[in-house]
Amino acid sequence: MKSLRDWLGGNSAAVLALFFLVALFTLALMAPLIAPFAPTAQNLGNTLAEPSWQHWMGTDDLGRDVLSRLIHGAPASLFASLLAVGVATAIGVPVGLLAGFLGGWVDDAISRVIDTLLSFPGIVLAIGVTGALGIGLTNAMLAVGIVFAPGLARLMRAQTLVVKQELYVDASRCFGASLSRILLKHVMPNAVQPVIVQVTLLLAVALLAEASLSFLGLGVQPPQPSWGGMLARAYNYMELAPEQMYAPGIAILLTALAFNTLGEALRQALDPTRRRR
Amino acid sequence: MLANAPRLMLVGRRLVQFVPVIVLATFVVFGLLKLVPGDLAATLAGEYATEERIAQIRESYGLNDPFLVQYGRWLWNAMQLDLSRSFQSNEPVLEQIMHRFPTTMLLVVGALLVSLVVGVPLGILAATNAGSRLDVAVTSLSSFGVALPNFWLAMILVATFSLSWGWFPATGAVRFGTDPAGAIWHAVLPSIALAAGGIAEVVRQLRSALIEILSSQYVRTLYAKGLSPSAILWKHGLKNVAVTLLTVIGLLASRLLGGAVVIEAVFAIPGMGSMVVRAAIVKDFPVVQGVVFTMVILVIAINLVIDLLYTIVDPRVALK
Repeated sequence: MKSLRDWLGGNSAAVLALFFLVALFTLALMAPLIAPFAPTAQNLGNTLAEPSWQHWMGTDDLGRDVLSRLIHGAPASLFASLLAVGVATAIGVPVGLLAGFLGGWVDDAISRVIDTLLSFPGIVLAIGVTGALGIGLTNAMLAVGIVFAPGLARLMRAQTLVVKQELYVDASRCFGASLSRILLKHVMPNAVQPVIVQVTLLLAVALLAEASLSFLGLGVQPPQPSWGGMLARAYNYMELAPEQMYAPGIAILLTALAFNTLGEALRQALDPTRRRR
Repeated sequence: MLANAPRLMLVGRRLVQFVPVIVLATFVVFGLLKLVPGDLAATLAGEYATEERIAQIRESYGLNDPFLVQYGRWLWNAMQLDLSRSFQSNEPVLEQIMHRFPTTMLLVVGALLVSLVVGVPLGILAATNAGSRLDVAVTSLSSFGVALPNFWLAMILVATFSLSWGWFPATGAVRFGTDPAGAIWHAVLPSIALAAGGIAEVVRQLRSALIEILSSQYVRTLYAKGLSPSAILWKHGLKNVAVTLLTVIGLLASRLLGGAVVIEAVFAIPGMGSMVVRAAIVKDFPVVQGVVFTMVILVIAINLVIDLLYTIVDPRVALK
C-alpha cells in the first residue's frame, strides 16, 4: 500500500486517472440511482433536443435522455473491457508460463501457435468469431479476449524464461517441490509484473474494441445503451444534430486514456532501473 | 551483395518456417465454422426449413465428413484459389474479394504513408529533444492518439471537412483504376482517421529506439571525435533505427487492416471491411472465412517480406 502511494504521489497524471476510473466504476455500479431518466425511455415529441435544464446533454433521435444513456452505457463498456482482458489473462498467462518453463517441444509448439494467432488482424478475427458464435456483447468480448491471449502468452513466456534461471527456482526444485508449487509460488509472482502493466494497457484496447464492435452493430444490441452504439446512432443524424457525437466519444477517449496513463505509471513504478531506492 | 550463400540460406529457412504458420492460420480460419453453436446445416437452412432441406444442405456442403476431411478439402480448394461461394449471393467469394481488395488497400497504404510522414519527423524531434517541453508535447499527443477511437475521429473529420466545409466527400469510394485522382480524393479523410493510432505507434517506437541509440557508447565516441550532432543523427542514428521502422511497418500492416474494417463502415466504403461486417451479421460464413483468410495471408506475406528486408538493412541478421 505504501509503494502504491509512493508512485502515485509522484505522478499527478496517474492520480487523476485513478480518481477518474474510481468515479467511473462508482457511476457504473450506481447507474440506475444516478441517471435522471431510464436509458430506454422514449419521448417522440422531443427528439434530437438541444441541451437544457431537463436534459443536460439533450435527447437522441428517439427522444431518450443522452446523459442517462451515457451513464447506463458505462457498465457495459467497463464489463466488456474486464471480460475480454479476464479471458485473455486466463488463457494467456498459464499458457505462457507452461511454454516458458517446460521449454522443448511444448514451447516450440505453443510459440508457433502464438506467432500464427498474432498474424490475424485482431478486430477482424473478433468479427469472425462473433459472427460464428452469434452477435452480442458477451460473445464479442470473448472473441476479443481470445485475440488478446497470444500477446499476453508471449510476454509471460519471455518473463518465465528469465525467472526460471534464478537460483531460488533451482533450489526449490532440489527440495523436491512439485511443478505446480514451483510455478505458482516462485516463477509466477516474479514474472508477472510486466504482465500486470500489459493487462492495464489492454483494458484500453478492449474498451476501444468494444466501442468499435458496438458501433458496427456486433456488440451491445439496441435498445441497450452503449457508447459505441450511441456513436452509431449519432452518425446517422450527423447532419441534423452533429453535437450528439461528442459526449460518447469523449467518454471513450477519457476512459481509454485513464487506463493507459495508469498502465504507463505502473510500468515506470515497476521498472527496476527507475526505482529510486 | 544480395545473393550470397548465407542470405539465400536464410531466405530458404524463412520460407520453410512460414509453411506451418500458414497451415495453422488456415486451420483457425476454417475452425471458425466449428464455433457456430448447434447444427450448422440447420443454421444455414434458416428457421423454417424442412428436415429434408437440412439433410440436403448437410450433403451438399460435405458436413457429414469428419472435421479434418472438411478442412483438407477447404484448404485444397483455397490453394487453387477457390474460396467457395457466398451463401447470400452465390457469387464466388474470391471474385468479390478481388473486386474490393484495391479499395481497402488504397486506404491502408494511404494510412501507412500518413503514419510515416507525420510520425517519423515527430519521433525524431522528440528523441533529439528528449526531456524537453517539445518531447512532452509530442509524447502526450501520441498517448492521445493511442486512446482515440478512430471511428470517432472519422466522424469528427466528416462533420468538419465534409459537411461543414465541403472540402472532401463524406462517403463512398472511387475505384483507383477508373479515376486515380478521385480515388485518392475519397481516401484522404479515411486515411487520416485510420492513421491516428499509426502515427502514435511510429512516434513511440522510433523515439525510444533513437534515444537508446543516441545514448549508446559508440555515439558518445563519435561526439568525442568532434562530430556534429546532426551528422551523428543522420549518418549513424537513423541508419540504426531503420530496423525499428521495418518492425513498426510490420506491426501496422496488421493493425491498419483491422482498423480499416471500422473506418470503411463510417465512410460507407465498399471494401473488404464492410464486406466482412455485413457477412458476419447475416451469417454468410464463406465470405467471413474468405476475408479473414485473405487478410491473414496478407499479413503473413508482409511480415515475410519484412523479415527478408531485415537482412538487407542490417547485415548482422543474415550472419547470425
